[in-house]
Amino acid sequence: MNPQLSSPSTTLNVPFPNPKIEAHAWLQELAPQADWVSLRFVNETTHDRSFRNGRPDAQKVNFDVGVMVEVLVQGHFGYSGTSDLSRDGILRAFATAKMLASAGGLNKVHTFSTEQRPPSKGQYRSPVFQSLDSASLTELNDLLIKACEKLKASDKIVSTQAHVRIIELEQHFLSSNGSDIHQNSLMIGSSFSATAQDGTITQHRSDKGGLARCVQAGVEVLDRNEILKRCEKIGQEALELLTAPNCPSETMDLVLAPDQMLMQIHESIGHPLELDRILGDERNFAGWSFVKPEDFGTLQYGSELMNVTFDPGVPGEFASYAFDDCGNPATRQYLIQKGRLEKGLGSLESQARLKIPGVANFRAASWNRAPIDRMANINLEPGQSSLGEMISKVERGIYMQSNRSWSIDDYRNKFQFGCEYGQLIENGKLTQVVRSPNYRGVTVPFWKNLKAVGRADEVELYGSPYCGKGEPSQVIRVGHSAPPCLFEKIEVFGGAQ
Amino acid sequence: MSFHVKAQEHWNKLTKALFTELKDSETASLSLAGERTTYLRLNGGKVRQNTFVEQQDATFSFHDNKRAIEFTFSLAGEWQIDFPRAQALLMRAREEVKLLPEDPFIVPKENKGSSQNHYAGHLLSPTEVLETIVQAAHSTDLAGLYAGGDLLRASSNSLGQDHWFSSESFFLDYSLYTKNSDGENKAVKGCYAGTHWNTEDLKKSLQSSQNKISLLQKKSVDVKPGSYRVYLAPGAIAEICGTLSWGAFSYLNLKQGQCALKALFEKQKSLSPLFSIRENFEMGFAPQFNTIGEMAPKQLPLISNGEMKNMIVSSRTAKEYGDESNGGGMSGWDFESLRATEVLGGTLPEADALKALGTGLYLDNLHYLNWSDQSEARITGMTRYACFWVENGEVVGPIKDLRFDETLYRVFGSELEAVTKEQHIDPEIMTYSARSIGGKRIPGMLIREFTFTL
Repeated sequence: MNPQLSSPSTTLNVPFPNPKIEAHAWLQELAPQADWVSLRFVNETTHDRSFRNGRPDAQKVNFDVGVMVEVLVQGHFGYSGTSDLSRDGILRAFATAKMLASAGGLNKVHTFSTEQRPPSKGQYRSPVFQSLDSASLTELNDLLIKACEKLKASDKIVSTQAHVRIIELEQHFLSSNGSDIHQNSLMIGSSFSATAQDGTITQHRSDKGGLARCVQAGVEVLDRNEILKRCEKIGQEALELLTAPNCPSETMDLVLAPDQMLMQIHESIGHPLELDRILGDERNFAGWSFVKPEDFGTLQYGSELMNVTFDPGVPGEFASYAFDDCGNPATRQYLIQKGRLEKGLGSLESQARLKIPGVANFRAASWNRAPIDRMANINLEPGQSSLGEMISKVERGIYMQSNRSWSIDDYRNKFQFGCEYGQLIENGKLTQVVRSPNYRGVTVPFWKNLKAVGRADEVELYGSPYCGKGEPSQVIRVGHSAPPCLFEKIEVFGGAQ
Repeated sequence: MSFHVKAQEHWNKLTKALFTELKDSETASLSLAGERTTYLRLNGGKVRQNTFVEQQDATFSFHDNKRAIEFTFSLAGEWQIDFPRAQALLMRAREEVKLLPEDPFIVPKENKGSSQNHYAGHLLSPTEVLETIVQAAHSTDLAGLYAGGDLLRASSNSLGQDHWFSSESFFLDYSLYTKNSDGENKAVKGCYAGTHWNTEDLKKSLQSSQNKISLLQKKSVDVKPGSYRVYLAPGAIAEICGTLSWGAFSYLNLKQGQCALKALFEKQKSLSPLFSIRENFEMGFAPQFNTIGEMAPKQLPLISNGEMKNMIVSSRTAKEYGDESNGGGMSGWDFESLRATEVLGGTLPEADALKALGTGLYLDNLHYLNWSDQSEARITGMTRYACFWVENGEVVGPIKDLRFDETLYRVFGSELEAVTKEQHIDPEIMTYSARSIGGKRIPGMLIREFTFTL
């Protein structure tokens, strides 16, 4: 017998398989005891299959099941999460949430109401062409072993890593004012990398940087031939970097590939536009924002080529969904249009507090956390230039691919990023490969130096499973798509000598 | 019955019953991470969100025929739910493990002993603590997080090994905000943590933070990028030590070419004789056992007087490279990372730090550190919170935040001038997925030259 990845014959037997009947009954029992109550069930199974140097490294599956009970009392929401899905467990969680709502309500930051919890009904499902049942564990492991072989382009490759993560997520949100939402996502991320070493030089090359290659899809994305071809290239490029000179330190034009635009968008657009940061909720942890409430509709954030959307509806993008975790229907919205800041990443709660418009982004990492303002898919919309045209316009510059280092201040101004792979641009042509390329800048001046945006056919979809924020802290999945982009006069530098 | 007693009884029953079902060729371990925590999030001294979380995750590691599989699953705390889950996973493990290739570096389960530790505390109820903090923070612009309650860790295996660790503890991690004379936002960081709540201690912590506020209200000094003499307060050193957990002491990373301190290990570069760092489980902040129940030494010197003494080695890495394990973390973010960090103190009295600095920068905290060139141990990050320009030992005013980019071979090496005699406790305040366990003991450091780039 060759078990399929989803192992239907041995799926974890939890009470969740029959939640609908019990969930509605529990809700009916609890509803009269508070101004409003919701139950948010999360059943998430994460498969991590990885090989290092062709040998098993991690063969792990995580079955995470629980419920968040949310209660509104006198204008304040209290939360209680439990992994005890018995009726008694739910009743205990309700009592605690109600007690917290009552206590917190005496000194709350804002008086909320059910206006921040719209009654919604609906469903969402990831676009899946081949389900987990169509792939076997043996085939997947064999692919990962072969990937390691392809990554090892020579003896100078001292380490190879092949990792696939598959996440099956079921969410059911129901509330006393009529919400009943089922959302099912299937997410697949992969990471293939090679580390090359020669004497004191060590270089690392990966498949677009970390787990950036992550999407909502079926196992059709694990195309064997395509993956092995990519791994061969990664191994060769790791070797290439070993003998490449250090990136020069000078101010020059910078072309960023979509796999680095991912990080540039995330850190210098996504986070500063979160309304809960602007409200100061995050001040003690992730930080504040240079953006002020009065900047919406007035601040020229970047050049006129800059158009940025919040779009949870892109099929296959990592953070697509139909409703956020308070039941707000999610729709595409422009955050920045022609370089001007239009809208923030703020949920119905933040919108009520700041009295400015936002989006449906009240998201929790799992059943054990309260929702907060998060990114979802934050995308840079395509422009008119091809990558070839951009490069042909540059007299002296550099093309950087794949993030390897990131840092930005707590107001989201001064950033520094490092990439895995750099290639100089001289007199309109790509020339010398350089190792350890880095650049730094300040958010608004950097985006004002945006001089060309790639075409729609050059847009690539990436994401991250690791966006950290919140107290208590939460890691959440985000998606970012962009074409290549050209920035003028950027401070570029190499690794330590 | 208290939470930890009930949880331990349930755990013992579950592990015993599950291990009884194993066949002769099979071995298994179960490890536990659990919490029962009240989280109270504050902004402007008021309640933004308050959440209670009760969760227990069990990790089932199964070995048969030199093959291994690991399943983590949520525990409900109820026998009729949890035991069938565990049994289902045992069946699934048997099925899956047959399909895996042999793992040459599998670490066989062994019985390396048992331990039982419960650290009782005295915490306020969720309602009391909320009221107390809000009252104490009255008239301040406080943002922060209180987290308090029970933490559980356990590890048992089918050969009889059995470790249990539970504690009742809390922290209030906070920042107080003000505006300076130019209208710029300025803040100071504070943390009150422990096992026994004392409202007077909370008030002292808040008062100490407020005392720094007046200095922050001065006009900002515009410090240009460049190299300056710097005093890194314990909070700033703790941030740098946090980055060291990203592979700097991992023996596997060293062997796989991704170790920031490779040149130190190979004696191609050196650090200052003033710098010593070790793992010290005697501080009592974290359990001495890892997720598979192996005990680390009570103290493990890592760098002593500038010389590398030990890397952190897990049993798996030891097996792969034919070396000795020293109980290094075995999984996830704990893999061969720092779990009980102590940077040893020096001779500079903390009270003399400003005088010894003379003219330069006093940096209370750093923010968002990351390797900018890992193979050269180069780190970038930002200044944050109470950071001042100092002239002749006197604070002139706060600075606008600066980006630094420096190699550890200078910070803890050629440029390290003095280490403070006093060490501060830096409690672990991470709450990703669940409340973490741990803490560091850290001194301050005087650095001759530190490079700022933006």
